Amino acid sequence: MNALVLMEPGDASRQTLTLARRFGQSLHAVHMNVVDPFAPDAVAAVLQMAAEEVSAAAVFAAGTERGNDVMARLAARMGLPMAANCVDAAPGDPVMVTRQRWGGSLLEEARLSSPRPLITVAPHTVPIEAGPEPTDVDIQTLVARLAERDLAVHVSDHVAPSSGGVSLTTAKVIVSGGRGVGSKEGFAIIDELAGLLGAAVGCSRAVTSAGWRPHTDQVGQTGTKVAPEVYIACGISGATQHMAGLKGAKRILAINSDPQAPMMQNADYTVVGDLKEIVPAISAEIRDRR
Amino acid sequence: MRVLATIKRVPITGGRIVLTDDSRAIDTRHLGFTMSPHEECGVEEAVRLIESNKGDSVVLTLGPPEAVEQLRDAMALGIDRAIHLQTDGQEWDGEATAHAITEAIRADEAANGPFDVIFFGNESADSGGFQVGIRVAYALARPCVTGLKKITVEGKDVSCEQEVEGGRDVYVVALPAVLTVKEGLNLPRYPSVPGKMRARSKPVAVNSPTRQAARLELASLAVPAGQGRRAESLGGGAAAAPAVVEMLRKAGVL
Ligand SMILES: Cc1cc2nc3c(=O)[nH]c(=O)nc-3n(C[C@H](O)[C@H](O)[C@H](O)COP(=O)(O)OP(=O)(O)OC[C@H]3O[C@@H](n4cnc5c(N)ncnc54)[C@H](O)[C@@H]3O)c2cc1C
Ligand SMILES: Nc1ncnc2c1ncn2[C@@H]1O[C@H](COP(=O)(O)O)[C@@H](O)[C@H]1O
Repeated sequence: MNALVLMEPGDASRQTLTLARRFGQSLHAVHMNVVDPFAPDAVAAVLQMAAEEVSAAAVFAAGTERGNDVMARLAARMGLPMAANCVDAAPGDPVMVTRQRWGGSLLEEARLSSPRPLITVAPHTVPIEAGPEPTDVDIQTLVARLAERDLAVHVSDHVAPSSGGVSLTTAKVIVSGGRGVGSKEGFAIIDELAGLLGAAVGCSRAVTSAGWRPHTDQVGQTGTKVAPEVYIACGISGATQHMAGLKGAKRILAINSDPQAPMMQNADYTVVGDLKEIVPAISAEIRDRR
Repeated sequence: MRVLATIKRVPITGGRIVLTDDSRAIDTRHLGFTMSPHEECGVEEAVRLIESNKGDSVVLTLGPPEAVEQLRDAMALGIDRAIHLQTDGQEWDGEATAHAITEAIRADEAANGPFDVIFFGNESADSGGFQVGIRVAYALARPCVTGLKKITVEGKDVSCEQEVEGGRDVYVVALPAVLTVKEGLNLPRYPSVPGKMRARSKPVAVNSPTRQAARLELASLAVPAGQGRRAESLGGGAAAAPAVVEMLRKAGVL
């Protein structure tokens, strides 16, 4: 039995191999950069041809933005169901999958009934294991067979990120504010502490909806998923959709006037009280020690 | 110009998700409902497109009778009318959902002409299937670009910006097109009181499609184990500052 894997650089694809190995003794790979510039329908078309060529029993991709996008296109082309962001999968008929819902706040056991299971694997949920490596499918003849319409949607330009500030995704420390900060101006004390720590500023959706901060600062299910050494949550209640962005955080410090707030139960360290007093006091303490 | 936005009714789960006794659904008895923030941005963009180009804006949902609340919310933001594909509240998988939505779009287009843009959320808030918009686009043979944070209609084309690591990729595709969008695309307006009043009398066309058998079928749900965070108290008020700084120092970030 063969399994086909759509590979991208990085750990997520290595993690994907762990589940794919259960579905095929031999693994075959097509790479995301098979067409340049990137054209998602074309990658799906190559995958479809490759799946036929190697008689793939199942097709896997990492549950990255592009992995999920291309896999859904493959599913639409082949008229097959697809299970996105799985954390586990057992071969059989039906295939039993465990997949993420609500950005990982809930797990679903599901039956996937398909002649050719299409599965993406949620990043950072499955360990990387040693095992047979995939062999690259010879793509040259496949690429030559691409139809014009499969190239219609393609990347034609790139816009560099707006510079300035520490990036949320790579920050070692994030000072994050919620509705408890009270106003746009209230973020001055958050900015000040972040400056002293060389930290990025984050926020909750209550804050972006109010227009106090741009959406690029939002942490959570529909914002950015973060993985800092320390996440300082100031006046954030800890709704599941916010916590969905914090799974990768090493330590969480919660500052909240309500000791019963879910964030206070799900943190590593807590300080109870008014953030308008506590946050400036932390900044002052850091300055004093310099 | 004609624009469609699709939305899905989901519970607002708050701080902790509670399941029903049979573990097959979220216990929503004490919860409010909403649509995904991604979809709300699709609704807002649809309203803006019709404000500047004139025409017809439509919102569509597949869901239980109560989902009319979310349709009214969308119409309160300025959408002209709604299509409600009513269900008995059962789960529909991505294939079945896409099939029903495609049929409804075909029917509306047969009567009123093609939609120039159809908005989907990049993924639904609850099931996160990452597929319905793409399936509909394939069924209608239209270009589809996903995960968009900015769109600009330029004559017969639409320029789309997709967030990727290290900036944004730009795609330019011909209309009519299917676009899946993410929160951050715009900042949705708050519904005005007159907007809410008007929404009450805007037309909602109701239809009851038959559910095709699920090939991705939910068996049960589980709340994942907590991460074992210990919630150690560092004290209260400003007096806790030294303990906080000590913690930061030990964590190696000071
Ligand atoms: C589908 C979906 C997706 C979502 N995605 C996201 C997402 O990506 N990110 C996100 O953040 N949210 C998201 N949300 C919204 C989420 O459900 C919450 O509504 C939101 O996170 C609440 O923000 P908050 O904690 O700042 O506000 P609140 O819940 O209002 O909490 C404010 C907190 O501040 C505390 N407080 C008040 N004053 C003070 C003070 N002076 N000092 C100290 N503490 C104080 C209060 O005790 C309270 O705990 C999503 C919702 C849905 C339905
Ligand atoms: N029941 C539904 N009714 C209307 N639109 C839906 C429904 N389910 C999914 N969609 C749309 O398809 C998008 C992607 O859903 P999914 O494939 O489940 O992640 C959502 O953001 C919605 O725009």
